[in-house]
Amino acid sequence: MDKQTIDEKQNEIIEEFSYFDDWMDKYELLIQLGKEVPLIDDQYKKDEHLIKGCQSQVWMHAEEKNGKVFYTADSDAIITKGLVSLVIKVLSGHKAEDIASSKLYFIQKIGLQNHLSPTRSNGLLAMIKQMKLYAVALQQQKIK
Amino acid sequence: MIKKSTIDSTINDITQYRRDFPALHQEVYGRPLVYLDNAATTQKPQAVIDVLSNYYSADNSNVHRGVHYLSQKATDQFEEARRTLRQFLNAEHEHEIIFTRGTTESINLVASSFGRAFVKEGDAVIISGLEHHSNIVPWQLICEQQKAELRVIPIGQDGDLIMEEYEKLFDDKVKIISLAYVSNALGTVNPVEKIIELAHRHDIPVMLDSAQAIQHMTIDVQKLDVDFLAFSSHKVFGPTGMGILYGKEKWLDKMPPYQGGGEMIKTVSFEKTTFNSLPFKFEAGTPHIAGVIGLDAAIKYVQKVGLKSIRQYEEKLISHAVDELAAIDGLSFVATPKHRSGAISFLLDGIHPFDTGEILDKLGIAVRTGHHCTEPIMDFYGIPGTVRASFAFYNNKTDVNKLKEGILKAQKMLG
Repeated sequence: MDKQTIDEKQNEIIEEFSYFDDWMDKYELLIQLGKEVPLIDDQYKKDEHLIKGCQSQVWMHAEEKNGKVFYTADSDAIITKGLVSLVIKVLSGHKAEDIASSKLYFIQKIGLQNHLSPTRSNGLLAMIKQMKLYAVALQQQKIK
Repeated sequence: MIKKSTIDSTINDITQYRRDFPALHQEVYGRPLVYLDNAATTQKPQAVIDVLSNYYSADNSNVHRGVHYLSQKATDQFEEARRTLRQFLNAEHEHEIIFTRGTTESINLVASSFGRAFVKEGDAVIISGLEHHSNIVPWQLICEQQKAELRVIPIGQDGDLIMEEYEKLFDDKVKIISLAYVSNALGTVNPVEKIIELAHRHDIPVMLDSAQAIQHMTIDVQKLDVDFLAFSSHKVFGPTGMGILYGKEKWLDKMPPYQGGGEMIKTVSFEKTTFNSLPFKFEAGTPHIAGVIGLDAAIKYVQKVGLKSIRQYEEKLISHAVDELAAIDGLSFVATPKHRSGAISFLLDGIHPFDTGEILDKLGIAVRTGHHCTEPIMDFYGIPGTVRASFAFYNNKTDVNKLKEGILKAQKMLG
């Protein structure tokens, strides 16, 4: 099991991106990451798992295993998939309360915030919000 | 002798004007900008930028009401613009030129004012399957309000209107037709002469959304015999927030005002207001004075370059671009209209248009991706959107080559 905290993972990603100066190389990395996203099961690829706010479509599912939240996802656009993959790397495998209270600074540190088109960047924010909501919902189910 | 050489130089030497546009000469992400999003908005020549700056520096004043020097100066420049526009469109009267905020407001004005006066319960309005949302929604609103029907001229796979179907839409219920001169999403140039002629045979007025035509071709409203015509200043190298509605006097006179306020009234009392004459009846409130004066400069600039030369040059450039893009494996055009102007929409096999656009952007190439405010067209083709490269006369073959290289690079990265 992954022992890194959310912030440790963020720092690792920031470091990984810092090796590349040219934005084209950073995008190559994003595209590669997109191919590694833990894919959502087809049964969840429905409208209720669709995250709104993206020019491209993102489906996301969350489930709880041994007190930790795990995400699977997919998108019809590969760069979006790369972004999804990054956020999943950071948040997946952590406790719901840690996810809900996490502050994601890696996107800004990498410089992605300023380089993504505004629609893509809004989509990313919508996605993170939804992932936190999923975590909270799973936590509440458990309390009940 | 002199005359001949002047004509030759205007037609051959159009690329010299590229240097008049400061925004084109910059780097983005460390790469030279290739601006191919002209259907969204055009860049501004220095002449327009200077006029705007001078106006606010020296002449700023409200129009039509002051007795003082500056107000008179601003009013003179403002009304000079109306003369320029009348001549540019070859309208019969200056008062047929109405200043609005843009194409969208011009269409809303006609849909609302013409609609309230002439579209009654059970009547019909015709639009086309190629319309921008701004030429769909205003008509939907008025049709809903008046309990009228919205009819749509269908399009074929090539992106052209199906003219045989158009003819079938006529009956005595149809009160107005409103359609795009040129499609913003596909670049289709509609056969507007035929469309207007057929409509007039049934005594039905026609409105042309010319937002995507005005910067590419000469428009003569009397020759076209069009009843209403709308365009935006920012699509023809002028400032944003400014637009034109041309309307035949006989229609404008019969239409009620669109908005109430200053400038559009003759007398006001609490019992009864009488309205000003054309064009002021439709120009409520303090207008976008700088916008009007800036548009005047833009039109004069376009006249200097010459729309005939622009058209000739662009047709060659677009046809070159279509040939170059057609040579790319795995690229398909969304629509192949018989007659194209301005825009080329395409998709790369297995690649989301948004991804293509994002990689092109990082290479310094500005294109637009998405549905281009034409969701019905995207639904028709069953696609989420397209990548659209759109051209102006300041684009050149280098831009086309960079676009092609960019697409090949995007394909390699994303495929």
